[in-house]
This record gives sequence, C-alpha cells and structure tokens, in this order.
Amino acid sequence: MIEASSKLYELENIEMRQMYASTILALAKKNPEVIALEADLMSAISTNKIIKEIPEQIINCGIMEANMMGVAAGLSITGKIPYIHTFAQFATRRAFDQLFVSGAYARCNLKIVGSDSGVTAEHNGGTHMAFEDLGLVRLIPGATVFEASDSTMLGYLLRSIEKERGIHYIRTVRKKAMKLYHEGETFEAGKGKVLREGNDVTLIASGIMVAESLAAAELLEKEGISAAVIDMFTIKPIDQELVVKYAEKTGLVITAENHNVIGGLGSAVAEVLGEHCPTPMYRIGVREQFGQVGVTEYLKKFYKLRASDIVEVVKCRVEG
Amino acid sequence: MELARFRDSIRLLTLKELHHLGFGHYGGSLSIVEVLAVLYGKVMKLNPAEPDWEGRDYFILSKGHGGPALYATLALKGYFPEKELYTLNKNGTSLPSHPDRNLTRGVDMTTGSLGQGISVAVGVALSHKLSARKNYTYCVVGDGELNEGQCWEAFQFAAHHKLNRLVVFIDDNKKQLDGPTKDIIDPLDFEEKLRAFGFYTMKVDGSSLEEIEAAIGRGKVESQGMPIGIVLDTIKGQGVPFLEQKADNHHVRPNAEDEAAILEMISELERRVERVEQS
Repeated sequence: MIEASSKLYELENIEMRQMYASTILALAKKNPEVIALEADLMSAISTNKIIKEIPEQIINCGIMEANMMGVAAGLSITGKIPYIHTFAQFATRRAFDQLFVSGAYARCNLKIVGSDSGVTAEHNGGTHMAFEDLGLVRLIPGATVFEASDSTMLGYLLRSIEKERGIHYIRTVRKKAMKLYHEGETFEAGKGKVLREGNDVTLIASGIMVAESLAAAELLEKEGISAAVIDMFTIKPIDQELVVKYAEKTGLVITAENHNVIGGLGSAVAEVLGEHCPTPMYRIGVREQFGQVGVTEYLKKFYKLRASDIVEVVKCRVEG
Repeated sequence: MELARFRDSIRLLTLKELHHLGFGHYGGSLSIVEVLAVLYGKVMKLNPAEPDWEGRDYFILSKGHGGPALYATLALKGYFPEKELYTLNKNGTSLPSHPDRNLTRGVDMTTGSLGQGISVAVGVALSHKLSARKNYTYCVVGDGELNEGQCWEAFQFAAHHKLNRLVVFIDDNKKQLDGPTKDIIDPLDFEEKLRAFGFYTMKVDGSSLEEIEAAIGRGKVESQGMPIGIVLDTIKGQGVPFLEQKADNHHVRPNAEDEAAILEMISELERRVERVEQS
C-alpha cells in the first residue's frame, strides 16, 4: 500500500504471474504455433498450473538460459511464436549474446518476459536483482522494450505482441502490482499514458514507480506543486513527442525507475531531452549500486524509490 | 554431379574464394568439405530454386567460420551465381565471413558466435517434432567450439526431447585458433562424451565420403529415438597437403611460398574436376 494525502493505492487482486500464465494459456489454445519456454521457473511464474492443458506448448528447458534463447530462435525460424520467461537478470545479463546474435541479429521473433525485476526480487537478493535489464535490451537495434505497470497492462502487452515480429522484452514484477488500469484499457506501443495533468513538473515513471509517482503527485499538490504523471511503459521506442510536449509545458522533468539510472527510462528520457528539448531534469533510480536481500519496502527506502523520495527531489528542484 | 567431383569442386571453389580474398579461415573451411559434399550432394532434401521450401532439411553451420566452404557448396547447388563467391568479406557483400541467414540465399541460420548454432538446430528439430514434420536438421560443430558450455546444454536438451531427426557432426580436426585442442582444453573422447549425453554416436573418417554417408544412413535406422552424433576424424586444412602440414592454419594470410602451393592445388583440383567431367 502506498500512502498519499487523499488516496490509497491498493494492490491488485491477482498477481502478475497469474496474468502471465492465464494469458499464455489463452494464446496457446487459440494458436498452436505459440510455444512458451521456461528455464526451471515454471512454479515461480505459475505456468506449472497450466501445463496439463497445453503440454505440447510449454517446454521446460531446464536451467539453460543460453540454450533456451537458441532453441527459441530455432523455433522462430520454423514459424513458431516463442514466449520466453525467466527472471529478468537471466533473460538479459546471463544470455545477452544469445539474445543478441541468435535472436536479434538473426532477425528472429522472440517475446521475452523478465520477471522479478529490480527490488521486487526481494529475498533472492543481489545476485538476482536486475537493475540493468532495460538498458541491455534497449541497446539491441530494433528491440521493443516494455515495463508492465499492472496486470491489465501485462495481459494486454502479451496479447498485442503475438502478431508482431522481432525482439520484444517485457519487464514485470512477479507478484502483485498496484492497480492502475481498469479492465478493457488499451495500450499503444510507443505511446506513454498521461495519468495526471500538471504544470510545474512532469514525473515520468515505469513499473512499480508509476504508483509511487501518482502518490508523490498528490503529496506535492498539498504543497502547492502541480505535477503531471506519465506512465512511460514503452521504454523503447520512447514516446519522444510526449516527452518534449510535457518538458515544454512544465519546464522540469523527473524520471523514476526501479532500475539503474544509466541505460533505462531515465537515460531514454534524457536522450530525448538532450537532443530535442534541453530541459532541467533529474533521474530517480539506482545509482552505482548493486542489489541486496530485503523486502520491497525496505529496498525502496534504501534505494530512495518511495513517493516521499520523489517529493523531496521535486521540492528541492522546484524551490531550490 | 558425382559425389567425388562435387567434393573436389567445393574444395576448389573454397580455395579460389579464399585465395581471391587474400586471407581467411582456410583450415576449418577445408576440414568440412567432405561432410558438406555428402549432405548437399546426396543426403539433404533441398530445393535451391525455393530456398525456403517448407519440406527442406535444415543445415546449421554452428562453426560459422567455416562459412566459405558452405558458400562454395551453395553456389555449386545454384543458390546464387558462382561469381558472388569472389565478393567474400568485401564491403557490402552478401557473403560475410560468418553465415547470415538474412544475407545469403540458402543459409538457414546466422552463426559465428560459437556455441549458439547447436541450440538453434535443436530448436529447429524440436519445432519439426512438435508439428510432426519429417524434416531432418543437420548441424556441424567445431571441436574447439565445444569449449563453449552452451553446446553441452544443447546436447542434453536434444537427448531429453528425443530429437531423432537431428544429426550433429563434430568436426574433430584437433586444432583451434591458439593450437591443438588437447593443449588448450583437452576434449578427451568426443564419442564417449556424446554417448554419455544420450546421443546415438559414431566416429568415422571425416575425409571419406562413403563413411560419412554410411554413418548417416546407419544412424537414421538405428538411433531409436536418440539424436545422432557423428564424430568426424578430420584434419585442419583437409585435402590440401601444404595446409594440412602448416602449424598455424586456422586463419591464413598466405606468403609467396604458400601462394605458389595454393595455386598449384587449384590447378590440380581443376584438372581433377575436369578429368571426371570427361570420363
């Protein structure tokens, strides 16, 4: 639960993993070419609950992420539609060259879901805590990079990429996210969602930081600061037009991400602003740090990823 | 084309192609000439006029630096004109040193980052199996390439999924870039290792067209649900005596003396190809 002045942001009823599994099941039942690949994390992402219904369409590759990427590429060049899941750091850091060469460079069609991203890896700790995945995939020419901020969005994105070709990476948390969208909401790749209008500052966030930014905006309103909030769920290609529009409108941009400030959302926004609309900005996120063990709330506090941290940064820049 | 002549023609065009460029991966291209000749000359179902024909067998050259030999083979099969071979590695070419499925007609997969091709071949074989298609998938992996752990992941996966229409050849030419495989990472016995990983395994003379062909045939009959692994006992620079003897023959930039030997071999192969043609 995130506390703001007038409203509480509630956790969703269903976990992101349930949404992943149910969406894969629906896609696979409809299209025999859809194949889900796992690397011994089926029980972590709940596909173990659906495998009996589609045994031919879920392949547990074992603990072999590099091989899994290659197998997916092989499936892809023979017309299958592989959805690959593993924890975010295995999907990117561990199998990067395989993703790059066998996947992207060979123009294969891979839909990759990296779960347990950033601080939400909690008790798996620093070894399992990806603060780099968005940056790595963003470096791949032509790749599309999403961060899902709630289950409605995750389900929508998983369905929408079925007919697309190329490398699609969706970063997600595995358990419950804050509810942001109503069922039936639609999302256009490459177009940010303006969730709140404002005139003094624009908060551009993704993933778990969207709800924190909305809460921060409410706290800021109490202090007489009007903050716009954008859910920038497509990290690449980034919505350049929207970034420039709000930079011009508010004159100050703050990004917020559960990721290293280098390479991810903050970098993407800074690149747009630097080239097209130089504007004062600040990146909230992880700075020159590794992950560690802890519960999400502790980790958010440690890495300064709470609504109150956003408020502090904004006040310092608006008033300072 | 008669198989021996096809083999000589692949070797001839590989040499001419590399000689025209002035440098390249002679050693590892020449050691796979025989297996390419058997696959493309006799065994594989292909349609060069329609490279993407769904009924075709797939070939993945995991040891991507053997690309020049694959290109010579594809040109001889009519996938593209022979003169294109002389654009190898030139700026803007469709024939890069390592195969690229998006640039070259007839190339099934992009390879070159060692260790990755086998996984892709396994994925292709799995796809055929899942869709109950009869296509075979052939893959050539280098002995040095087997340093890469990913290869052994792929072997385990293939055996577990009983990919019996997958045939993996190990080009056991006993050398990698920095020297003998035995001195760098001793591979021990590939045949024993493949068998332990769940493959139906054989070791044959990789310079013998007959032995390679017979091994593939035997594997298809006897593999009993196992993937087929064929260890090819080869020599780096195979079929070109001065290259076989050269200590450092992985990537060669011929000096004047080498130059003369290569030209002599080219004429020898031209005569041989010519002679068979006349008979």
